[in-house]
Amino acid sequence: MEKQLITLKVNGELHTLAVPVFKTLLEVLREDLSLTGTKHGCELGECGACTVLVDGEPVLSCLVLPIELQGREVLTIEGLMEGGRPHPLQRAFAETGAAQCGYCTPGVLLSAKALLDRKPAPTRREIAEALSGNLCRCTGYLQILEAVERAAAQMRDVRSAATTDGR
Amino acid sequence: MLRLPPFRYYAPRSLEEALRILSDHGSQARIVAGGTDLYPKMKRRQIEPAVLVSVRRIPELAHLAGTGREGVTLGASLTLARVLAQDELVLAYPALARAFAMVAHPPVRSMGTVGGNLCVDTRCTYYDQTFFWREALGFCLKKDGTTCPVAPGGTRCWAVSSSDGAPVMIALGARLRLVGPRGERTIAAEEFYRDDGIRYLDKEPEEILVEVLLPPQEDWKSTYWKLRRRGSVDFPVLGVAVALRMESGWCREARIVLGAVGSCPKRIREAETLLEGNRLEPDVIAAVAHVVARSVRPLKNTDFLHLYRKKMASVFTQRALRELAGASLMDEASAC
Amino acid sequence: MSGFNVIGKPWPKVDALPKCTGETRYADDLHFPRMLYAKILRSPHAHARIRRIDVSRAQAVPGVHVVLTGRDLPTRFGILPVSQDEEALCVEKVRFVGDPVAAVAAVDEWTAEEALRLIEVEYEPLPALLTMEQALAESSVRIHEYGDGPNIHKLVSLEFGEVAEGFAQADYVREDIFFYAGSTHLPLEQHAAVAHYGPDGRLTLWSSTQTPHYVHRALAKVLGLPPHRIRVIAMPVGGGFGGKSDPFSHEIVVAKLALLTGRPVKITLTREEVFYVHRGRHPVLLWIKTGVRRDGTITAMHVRSFLDGGAYGSYGVATTYYTGALQTVTYKIPRYKFEGVRVFTNKPPCGPKRGHGTPQPRFALEVHLDKIAEDLGLDPIQMRRRQIVEAPSLTVNWLRISSCGLRACIDRVVEASGFREKFRRLPFGRGVGFACSAYLSGAGLPIYWNDMPHSGVQIKIDREGGVTVFCGSADIGQGSDSILAYIVAEILGILPEDVRVVTADTDLTPVDLGSYSSRVTVMAGNAAVEAAERLRRLLFRAAAERLDVPEDQLLARERRIFDQADPERGLDFAEAVQLAEARFGTLGAVGSYKPPKAPGRYKGAGVGPSPSYSYSACVAQVRVDPETGFVQVEKIWIAHDVGRAINPRLVEGQIHGSVYMGLGEALMEEHTFHSRLGVHTAPSMLDYKSPTPLEMPEVECFLIETEDPNGPFGAKEAGQGPLLPIPPAIANAVYDAIGVRIDEIPITPEKVLKGLEDKARGGSGRVGPTSIPSLTWPEPIRVEPPPEWRSSGDLT
Repeated sequence: MEKQLITLKVNGELHTLAVPVFKTLLEVLREDLSLTGTKHGCELGECGACTVLVDGEPVLSCLVLPIELQGREVLTIEGLMEGGRPHPLQRAFAETGAAQCGYCTPGVLLSAKALLDRKPAPTRREIAEALSGNLCRCTGYLQILEAVERAAAQMRDVRSAATTDGR
Repeated sequence: MLRLPPFRYYAPRSLEEALRILSDHGSQARIVAGGTDLYPKMKRRQIEPAVLVSVRRIPELAHLAGTGREGVTLGASLTLARVLAQDELVLAYPALARAFAMVAHPPVRSMGTVGGNLCVDTRCTYYDQTFFWREALGFCLKKDGTTCPVAPGGTRCWAVSSSDGAPVMIALGARLRLVGPRGERTIAAEEFYRDDGIRYLDKEPEEILVEVLLPPQEDWKSTYWKLRRRGSVDFPVLGVAVALRMESGWCREARIVLGAVGSCPKRIREAETLLEGNRLEPDVIAAVAHVVARSVRPLKNTDFLHLYRKKMASVFTQRALRELAGASLMDEASAC
Repeated sequence: MSGFNVIGKPWPKVDALPKCTGETRYADDLHFPRMLYAKILRSPHAHARIRRIDVSRAQAVPGVHVVLTGRDLPTRFGILPVSQDEEALCVEKVRFVGDPVAAVAAVDEWTAEEALRLIEVEYEPLPALLTMEQALAESSVRIHEYGDGPNIHKLVSLEFGEVAEGFAQADYVREDIFFYAGSTHLPLEQHAAVAHYGPDGRLTLWSSTQTPHYVHRALAKVLGLPPHRIRVIAMPVGGGFGGKSDPFSHEIVVAKLALLTGRPVKITLTREEVFYVHRGRHPVLLWIKTGVRRDGTITAMHVRSFLDGGAYGSYGVATTYYTGALQTVTYKIPRYKFEGVRVFTNKPPCGPKRGHGTPQPRFALEVHLDKIAEDLGLDPIQMRRRQIVEAPSLTVNWLRISSCGLRACIDRVVEASGFREKFRRLPFGRGVGFACSAYLSGAGLPIYWNDMPHSGVQIKIDREGGVTVFCGSADIGQGSDSILAYIVAEILGILPEDVRVVTADTDLTPVDLGSYSSRVTVMAGNAAVEAAERLRRLLFRAAAERLDVPEDQLLARERRIFDQADPERGLDFAEAVQLAEARFGTLGAVGSYKPPKAPGRYKGAGVGPSPSYSYSACVAQVRVDPETGFVQVEKIWIAHDVGRAINPRLVEGQIHGSVYMGLGEALMEEHTFHSRLGVHTAPSMLDYKSPTPLEMPEVECFLIETEDPNGPFGAKEAGQGPLLPIPPAIANAVYDAIGVRIDEIPITPEKVLKGLEDKARGGSGRVGPTSIPSLTWPEPIRVEPPPEWRSSGDLT
């Protein structure tokens, strides 16, 4: 199979890879970069399990080619930890039981991060809308919604504390 | 893992280059933008191009300019999410915003483009399946076969126009600018669609949809109602786009366009005529809805029973008109 | 306060953070050097004879290592010893679209795919039997050669007490017919398995399975290898719901390919293949007849169920019994007759899905009771509430009820929902509905007959006080690993984070039968209690000597062992461990659990018994759009008698998930097939409709704790039972909202409109099946009810 050299920035690291051009980001993440935290449930863009962020926006890694991402930044679940510490969303998901089998969890977390980065205080309806492309069969979504609310509140607290400190 | 079949990939940086690559490869080539429609179909081997030409790097296609007052130009490669982030535009063209906001789900909206939505392949229960499945059932007219399982006696393909944007563009009176090897042309959105599940666009394979020109909104009011089973993810199986030019409670001009009930969006002129020169009174709305439902013939090749979709064409038309007449339909809106 | 340190608290699951950071490795995440990829060729025919298979062109593709056909794996297997009817790759016949026919191992999936296309299979199509009616009528065409009749997999007829007598005593008798459509589990993770055969002659299979022990047995049987040379490791499962509890063709195929190539081989099913592998909810047509006194007291019940089994046996014999067995564990039924039939059809095989064979009869029963209450002008809640089973007691079919919190469940949801103020009083289009249910906490009998424990736990302690628990149970997301950690931590007086859990590895862990029938908390939990208590005894003995305190005065808490009377007098946990190791040698303990012997002594008594039954009551509030027929569930109030909530947050999560799955089944999920060709019409996440977060209603949960005598710390199940009342509660609420009975699941907008239109034309508005197939039922096995029921000739 003919391969092509591409560069791909994932979780802040630049990778140069020789891969067939028709290999999707999902396949390259999992098979060439061993970033198996990105899951897949259909490979047709129907379940949301493979969601990653590209320049902060949720993108289905099963429907995008690495070559389409030249000069852009990919964030996967492995990159969500900050300095070896779980992101508030990850902590909130663990604490509230939002991950049961855990298979949809990475995609859900990244969709939630995209939402909170854009909208720090979303309503429950807005959270549900933002996560409506990430199917989950275990939780009935309620503990997921609760976890996002909890993380959002924590992140707002941290931010306002930081602002206060700054004065 | 479902994987893409091998292909060559080009990402030209200009229209000229793109046109050249397209004409070099003829029917072997396909245009790709967001990939959310094409890649699944390639993975299911419904479409097997040897060459893909991405239009994401062509500056003309990323153009975004204008206001509701003067009209808006939307580049074909803008993502739906990008369009929805334009507050002014969302306010000026509510039907368009509604339609785009209801496309699939959030990740698809941050990948899928305006052009991709308008050119989205027609869909059918018997076509949007894997190679294995289609082989098991018997291949259809649209791909690899010679008969249509929807209407086995006939010679045409009944795949369904499944764009949320298309009926709205027609209702809004949008024009589309296309550039091809023989130059460029600008056509009314309505003329872009053909009542044929296979050749569903009036577009040569080498032609590129560059941008959409939305006319000034002035005193037009518009809305879009979509039928699908779930509040997210699903394609429309009925779309009702209505745009009305109102003058102190009187409808001066009307456009009513139904999506996802046939191979192309369908403008219901008889219903428009009924509205024009009238106020949006309950009896007028009922008469219009009746004509709309009578004019569409959905077939059994999408989710929901076809007769149900026909019935809903009436209900959704009424709701769209009542909404434009000012009734609060928030409760009813939650049912679609 | 409970006096517990760990039990009853909302600890995060032990595997929660790894799952939230992408570290948890599922079967498809495994990658080995030299690994090959396998793909399976499947039948495009619903029913056909295989005339000839030519693999030569596929074999010749560069990069292809092996091509397998049925001849390479002729031994039949199946989950139940009585239905060994599956072949890893079909040998002579295919029985549904998607039946596996051949397999390829190649260097990558593209090559494997290409090779599949070059395999030539010549089929001789046979008539496809796609409905139960067809299969029962066409006795000349046989899908299988075995069973209780032509295309009849299983035929059951049981009568407990004289039902005729019971009906004669009734003031009112009502009959109804219901249909509950088939649906699938749709786990987010597609089944995957990796096999490796080492130079030491040992085979390892990593698989997304709920039942590693049964996979182990099936592999040994089909491959002809001694079991001790096979190791099965169940990886964390990305959603099971019953869909990964059979031994599967692809697991055997990938193992065989590893044997033949000497290289690791991986297979991951596509989403479409997951639909074909199925083993989901059986479509069930059910007839029910109940006799009641004027006050609603049940005098007799007769149920007939017709299960559309699909092409293979799977768990179907058990499912058939389950459609009848648990009707008796909620309300007192003094005489009961059950007839059930499972029919083979040329469709993907059905099996166990969350609730295994019980949501269908539960839907029927709870809607049927609602109708009876209305017919008699009775309060539907009161009618049920006055005849709840007692605990302890034996039901008419000999099931032992050890605890029952149903009355408390009912009271909580009725009060919280304001049911009485709303029922039959809300404006047109809005309504409330009520239903109850019960489910078992683990099957009382194993799948293959044996006298050994159902679950075993081993515990080891290292010198620094670290504890490792070994158990064969498989965590499928429900949190079973965490439950083991909580229980052991509670008993040893340490924290869950001090416990490492190693599960579901047939080489390392003692046998547990698997994650099915809601058995793990009760069975593995009891085994863990026993092992931990044995270990604690050693620690206490050593500590007692050192502290000079009587053993029975010691307490283990907060990583210390100390004198209850004088808490200052104590030792650190690690210190106690070291003393005990010095005193007794290397520390370890085992525990095991076997359910109490089931009291029933009749053929069929093996399905239904359980150490305990959980109970649920539910109120659903809906809004029905009379123009579109859309049903929107606004809120669910649900109370669940879980015996004891070992972790209330996990219990609530199980309840939410059950509500969700019940909601999907009630309103949209349905397995549908092309009527002539038997092709699944919606084998994708897009076309098979499962609810998104936008369809999920608010859910208010109430946990009722009855402290069951057979459960660890009194716990009962929570993972399946709460699904059961959801479809009937919604159906009853739809009736309350619009006066239309939809006696058929799912309740789609089309059916709602059909009912409303029928009503507008002067009809009853009922939508649902009107007849059942005619079938000659065998003479029932007549079972004498337990003594307490025998005198119930007069119930008043």
